[in-house]
Amino acid sequence: MSAKHPGFSTLAIHAGASPDAATGARATPIYQTSSFVFDDVDHAASLFGLQAFGNIYTRIGNPTNAVLEERVAALEGGTAALAVASGHAAEFLTFHCLLQPGDEFIAAKKLYGGSINQFNNAYKNFGWNVVWADSDEPASFEAALTERTKAIFIESIANPGGVIVDIEAIAKIAKKANIPLIVDNTMASPYLIKPFAFGADIVIHSATKFLGGHGNSIGGLLVDGGSFNWVGDKRYPMLSAPRPEYNGMVLGETFGNFAFAIAARVLSLRDLGPALSPFNAFLLLTGIETLPLRMQRHCDNALQVATHLSTHSAIDWVNYPGLPGDRYHNLAKRYSPKGAGAVFTIGLKGGYAAGVKLVSNLKLFSHLANIGDTRSLVIHPASTTHKQLTDAQKTAAGAGPEVVRLSIGIEDAADIIGDLDQALAA
Amino acid sequence: MNHDAYDDSYIREILKTIKRIALVGASSNESRPSFIVTKYLLERGYEIIPVNPGLAGHTLLGQTVYGSLRDIAGPLDMVEIFRNSEAAGPITDEALALDELPKVIWMQLSVRHDAAAARAEARGVKVVMNRCPKIEYGRMSGEIGWQGINSRILSSKKPTLAGKGFQKFTISR
Repeated sequence: MSAKHPGFSTLAIHAGASPDAATGARATPIYQTSSFVFDDVDHAASLFGLQAFGNIYTRIGNPTNAVLEERVAALEGGTAALAVASGHAAEFLTFHCLLQPGDEFIAAKKLYGGSINQFNNAYKNFGWNVVWADSDEPASFEAALTERTKAIFIESIANPGGVIVDIEAIAKIAKKANIPLIVDNTMASPYLIKPFAFGADIVIHSATKFLGGHGNSIGGLLVDGGSFNWVGDKRYPMLSAPRPEYNGMVLGETFGNFAFAIAARVLSLRDLGPALSPFNAFLLLTGIETLPLRMQRHCDNALQVATHLSTHSAIDWVNYPGLPGDRYHNLAKRYSPKGAGAVFTIGLKGGYAAGVKLVSNLKLFSHLANIGDTRSLVIHPASTTHKQLTDAQKTAAGAGPEVVRLSIGIEDAADIIGDLDQALAA
Repeated sequence: MNHDAYDDSYIREILKTIKRIALVGASSNESRPSFIVTKYLLERGYEIIPVNPGLAGHTLLGQTVYGSLRDIAGPLDMVEIFRNSEAAGPITDEALALDELPKVIWMQLSVRHDAAAARAEARGVKVVMNRCPKIEYGRMSGEIGWQGINSRILSSKKPTLAGKGFQKFTISR
């Protein structure tokens, strides 16, 4: 290795992945095993006592998953990462490390609907209370702070697309309050935006989307930025207090600037259990090798499609920050200069009926509830994911009857545009 | 020497050439980082001489504990300081007053004393500050990746098994 600071594409292929020590296998082997033999009794004791690096049981760690973890940590510029069963699991474990019953966290209102459900409903059972703020108004996060606020949660590019968040402005508020800023970077991927450079402390991914990129595996990651000082901070006992699980060890002191990722593994993943299958880790890793190529193509295609649709007679509006004149265009130029992502919404002049018709008539686009696939994807939220809401609620969530969400794939742009044109004309 | 960012080659060379290490601030508490580092380095073939006045004469992980650096017979390759930054100054001076100078003074993660470092370097002693030898060894060997930690090292050479099982690598890649 001559390059001191390898470039993004080099890291996407090599980070974490030396040839296999036992066999020399060059591709990362799929360690499809539940457990690992200890070298001897003392070695086993060292592993269980967190005194040695190594593998015990795939719920806690696995060599295939570990390559994925180091790869994504390197791409994000973090100190360490933890791979888990889904993006939801990554969020769950992150908050499990940070919150006690009765605590609060502030989250941006514009989020992936699944996260909104998780925060509003599932977390209530744990006494974790979400307080909503408006990512278009960073001051609203400051106004929502209380003594029980333990974290701020935002998305870098917010689902259902078309929203770029001023990460740095919100990071300053988190820093001033001395609480960690968690950024879900799923929609951007580290190829477009590296939240740690703008003051994030923890980054979350649904690897199911652009990281894996092929729509074949559910997986998630949390990445430790190494920037938050947990030592001596009584608000975060998982990191600052002697842990009964490990004979009184204080994880923040023992593991320094990657203590958060370790705590998430040895306290949260170990005891809550949403482990990632090594086979999924392998598929996600293979996808990541081409992340820079795919992501650029996704963005280039999305800009062409958005530009075309913005002058189409059946379209009322296009929310794509890559378009000059879009309300988020300046933020996109600052935070995401290589492209504004590949997921955005359009408004159809024909309303609900036109949305249903468009989805039915498309032949290349797949009608499904995912994003960030090589394939172009479409969903009409009002008739699917948001069907249970009132019209007013739908509109507030950016899912009004006329709204269609597109996730632009890496097919030929002419074919994507052609499919939309024929479906709108039919 | 830039003590904010060491070249990997500087750290690797130190870890490859030293053998005999005095570890000041050794602990018998199995959950303390100094105990963990002592155990790890012993398992990697280093000779570790624990130093702790409160444990002098006792045995720690099979090694006799000494009350001070002066009490240790024979030359030391490295003095590893597991105390706070303030204490690192006098300990460095004690190391520099030994009959035979150590080759390296290493201050643990979070420990840093620039003036003491300058005094050591003026005598030709290499200094590492604010680093953990276990973490650095694990980074160089590739072991640390098992815990999802970013080693910041890319290599197309396979890690070298340390023998006896499959869960120990060495830094001789």
